[in-house]
Order: sequence, then C-alpha cells, then structure tokens
Amino acid sequence: MSTAAAEDRIEPGTELLKVSGLTVGFPAGAGLLLAADRIDFEVGAGRTVGLVGESGCGKSVTLRSLLGLVPYPGEVLAGQIRWRGEELLGASKRRLAALRGTEISMVFQDPTSCLNPVFSVGDQMTETLRKRAGLGKGEARSRAIELLNRVGVPSPERRLASYPHELSGGMRQRVMIAIAISTRPKLLLADEPTTALDVTTQEQILALLKDFQEENGMAIVLVSHDLGVISETCDEVVVMYAGRMLEAGLDRAVMRHPRHPYTQGLIEAMPSLEVSDEEPPVPIPGQPPNLADLPPGCPFAPRCAHRRDACAEIPVTLDASLLEHGSACPFVEAAA
Amino acid sequence: MSAHASSEAVAAKLSGPLGSGVAARLQRRAASERRWATVTLWIGIGIVATIVFVSLAAPLLGFSEPNKQHLTEALQAPSMQHPFGTDTLGRDILTRVIYGGRIDLTFAFVTTLVPFVLGALLGAVAGYRGGWVDTTVNRLVDIVVAFPFIVLILAIVTIVGPGLTGAYIGVFAVGWALYARLTRGEMLVERQREYIFAAKTLGYSTPRIVFRHALPNVIRAAIVFSMADIVLNILLLSSLSYLGLGAVPPSPEWGALVAEGQQVLLTSWWVATLPGLVIVLVGVGFSLIGDGIADRFGRDFSLTGGG
Repeated sequence: MSTAAAEDRIEPGTELLKVSGLTVGFPAGAGLLLAADRIDFEVGAGRTVGLVGESGCGKSVTLRSLLGLVPYPGEVLAGQIRWRGEELLGASKRRLAALRGTEISMVFQDPTSCLNPVFSVGDQMTETLRKRAGLGKGEARSRAIELLNRVGVPSPERRLASYPHELSGGMRQRVMIAIAISTRPKLLLADEPTTALDVTTQEQILALLKDFQEENGMAIVLVSHDLGVISETCDEVVVMYAGRMLEAGLDRAVMRHPRHPYTQGLIEAMPSLEVSDEEPPVPIPGQPPNLADLPPGCPFAPRCAHRRDACAEIPVTLDASLLEHGSACPFVEAAA
Repeated sequence: MSAHASSEAVAAKLSGPLGSGVAARLQRRAASERRWATVTLWIGIGIVATIVFVSLAAPLLGFSEPNKQHLTEALQAPSMQHPFGTDTLGRDILTRVIYGGRIDLTFAFVTTLVPFVLGALLGAVAGYRGGWVDTTVNRLVDIVVAFPFIVLILAIVTIVGPGLTGAYIGVFAVGWALYARLTRGEMLVERQREYIFAAKTLGYSTPRIVFRHALPNVIRAAIVFSMADIVLNILLLSSLSYLGLGAVPPSPEWGALVAEGQQVLLTSWWVATLPGLVIVLVGVGFSLIGDGIADRFGRDFSLTGGG
C-alpha cells in the first residue's frame, strides 16, 4: 500500500487543472442568466484554490461544471477546462464518468443529505472501493476500516454497520471525506465542506483535508462563503460576485491588501473574535443583484462606496492573472 | 440561591431511586409505541401465515376432495363434523374455503407482485429520466386508469374465454399503473437529493444510480400500497367470480362460494357468510401487515430527518 501511495504521489506544483473563460448559462424567463462568467483559475498539485463569495454568486455552479454536472437546464456556454492537458469540455460522458470518483472527487456541504439513508456506512464505502478502485470484497472492507480510522472515526469496525442517521454531523462529514479520498483522487472539489458543522469540528475537518493534501499531493478547490475558512486553508483565492471574478491572487496578498472594494467590504464585514468598540464589523449595504437582471458594467457598483459614473461602462475583467493578484476595479487601489 | 438549591434537588432526585424510576418510565413510553406497531404487524403476519399454511398443507391436515358431493348431506348447519356447514350439493364448506385459499392467495400474490415490479421499474425510470420517457409512461398510466376496468375484463374474457386467465391478464394490464405513478412521484423528489448528485460525482452509471441508490428510497410507498393491493386483488377476484367473469364452477374460489351461497342466504346463512368472513379475515391480516410496515418506515423517516 505504501509503495502504491508513493507512486500515486504527484510532484508538487505540477499543473493539474486549468480553467479559462468558463461561462455557465441558465435560461431565465425570456433571457439568459450567466451563473459563471469568464472564470479563470488554475490549480497545481498540492495547492488549494478557494472560491469565495456570497450565496448565489456562482461558486457551486462553477465547481459542478468542472465535473460536467451543471444542474439542468444550465449549460457550459464557453471556456476551457483542461485536466492534465486534456480538454474536459465536450469530452464524452463515458470519459467524464471515468474521471469522477477516481481522479476527481467531491465533498459537499450537507453530509446528512449526501449519504444514502438506506445503506450502511460500510455499504457505501465498500461500493466506492469496489466499483471505483477495483478492490475485492475483503480488501474493500479492510480498506474502509483503515480509511475510517484515518479520518478519525472511532471504532470503525462497528461504524461500518451504522446508518448515516446514527452518526453525528461531524462523523458523517468524515465518512463523506473518507469516501471521496478512498480512491486517492488527484483533485478534491470541496463545496462548503464545513458550513454545516460547528466551529471546533470545522477546524478538525480542515486539518484533515490539509493532512491528506500533504500526504499525497492532492489539489483542492474549496468553495466557501467564509473568508476565515478560505484564508486559513487556501494558497490562492478567487473572489466571485454575481458570477464574475472580481479579484484573484495569492491568499496573503488578497487578504492583506484587498484591491477590489467588494473584497475590502467582505473583509471588513468579518466579525473578529476580539471584542472591540472601535472596529465593529461593517456590513456591505444592499443585496446581491438578481443574476437575470444585472446592471451593465461592474455588478457590484450599486452597493459600492467608491461608485462613479464610469462604473456602468467598465468591462469586468481582471487586470492581472491569479498569481499576480488581479482586480476588476480600475479605480480603487489596494488598501495598505 | 434558590435556583441553585432547586437544581441540587433535581440532581438528588435523578441520582436517587426516583431517578431510575423516571428513566424507566420514559423508556417504557418510548418502547410502548414501538411495541404496539410490532404487535399489530405480527398479528397480521400470524393471520396470513396461518391461512397460507393451512391451504398449502390441506391434504396433510385431513382436508381433501373439495368438490366431492354428498347430496344427502346438503345444506347442513355448522357442526363438529362440518365446522362451516355444507352447501347445496352437500360439499364441506370449510374444505372448499381451504382449497379456495390456494386459488385466491396465489392470484393475490402474483397479481400484486408482477405489477409491483413492472410499475416500480417503469415509474423509477420515468421519474428519473423525465422528458419523453416520463411523458410516455404518464400518458399510458392515464389511459389505463381512465379505462373502465369491468369493460376491459369483459373484453378480455370474450377473447380468452371465462376462467382465471382473463382475470390474470386484466389485472396485469392495469395493476402496474398505480405503482408506476407512486414510484414516479417519489422519484421526482428523490432525484433532486444531494446523495444522488454525490453518486454522480463518484462516477456511477445511471442505471446503478436509479436502481441501486434511488429505488430503495422511493419504494416504501409502493410496498405499503402493495399490502392494500393484495386485499383489493382478493376482493377483485371474488367480485369477478361472483359476476361469473372469474373462476368457473366447481372451482372453490372464495367469491364463487359467496355467489353460490347467496341464493340460499335466507335459509342457510352459513353458505355465503362463513367464506365471506374468511375473506374479511385475510383482508384484516394483510392490512395489519401493511400498517405495521408503514409504521416502521415512518419511524425510519423520522430518525433520518432528525439528524
């Protein structure tokens, strides 16, 4: 097993996934709604990219489109998804299905609804191991026990016989993760993996993901609305708003020197643990816009404190790439 | 201060002998509801199992020749020798009821199981796939449900002749529709569930997701309905035989027994009444099983929802 693990390990930094110009559309009334509009990012082995933004900003749709699973009736309209040099957009269903669960796995926000209620934990784990990793019955069982042990589920032999409803939320999320990593994927897509959990469990789950990443050089794309989770886990951050990228860069650069007013607003709106009368969290006024009825130009303009007339005409394009810290706002410069 | 004292008092109560009493009472309350559902389920299983066993093992239990006539012993009231009495031709009614069980129970099981499987599969595929598959299955269901059943049976009997064959074909042709509709409705909800999406992200094939992952979650309603359906199918065969469209004489089918007894109902009540009561008893048995299963499923649901 350990030699296999060593072979599986990918050289850190190898480019795995490169997404460019990804655009996902849904029909809305008579028109078209772009849930993701020209999204670019890339992730290398051992790296973590975070997609952050408010609810409904297109993070999850972006993530799902990577697996070719855009919810009906949506469709990827343009762009490229390159997986280790292979174009996944337009790839056959068979090819995509072969990648899912083997090279690319996914974990979800709500572990309660993501496990099948009528099958035991053991059934669901061994099914993946047998069908997707090609193990035999006995092998799959011992590997499942090993995995449960690995993700910190106590008395794994007993847990194999448990049904999802008999486990706590944290335990279920551990099982979900165990299933997702059981085939040693090279890329893990994590859709708000800690949102449904309490804070202490959150920390443990994030630490667990980090552990696996260090172990076999897996890449992670993490989606969250929680800047705290993102900054703690990610190497690079993509800030999304209304399906657009507003800012992207290395985690430290974006968090310390946010260039876009939206990112600055998000950071100011983050509650801090220290009680301070001087700097209470500042909410961003207004609501995220209706995707079907976006204003021209910068989608954030109606809520922006630095708004000016030209905002309605600017193209929403980053002025630099992910690694160089780009912002879509030409008017506001980095807060010191 | 007083709050402190009262919480100490509660603690003292809980750790004292009263505490164990409280725990025991709460556990009893939780257990009694469960036990009641289990008791009714087992009563139902007991009734059905007894009748199935007796009709299968009839010759070993000393019952034979359901059609043997003793014209001298016609229309005798229930007695030790003939517990259910005898009919107009002097045949022992209990023996006829027991042999009739073979016909009716077989009919009930087969005409429930075959449409159940067919309907559940069609409904599952229709609900999951949607689109033209769904539309086609739905229109078929509409046609079948809207078609007057008796007219259909008459048409079939005209073609294949009187007897059980016509009844079998008729129920097969119609029975699947309700299962398909039930399963389809559940599947429409189920296919939106996250675990289905999770299964897709694991790269499972669509047939695997539909039949192995989703179907066990959508089949409960159909299972509960099938228990009621068994009863309905027994009653259906009885009604058809009563109308002369089902079993033909001298078959001891239950509905035929009731139909024969009806002519002498005023003078010899037992001829129609006792077989009728057996039909009722079987119906109650299956209904109890159905309720018991529904209760169990209900409990699973609440546990699942209460994460």
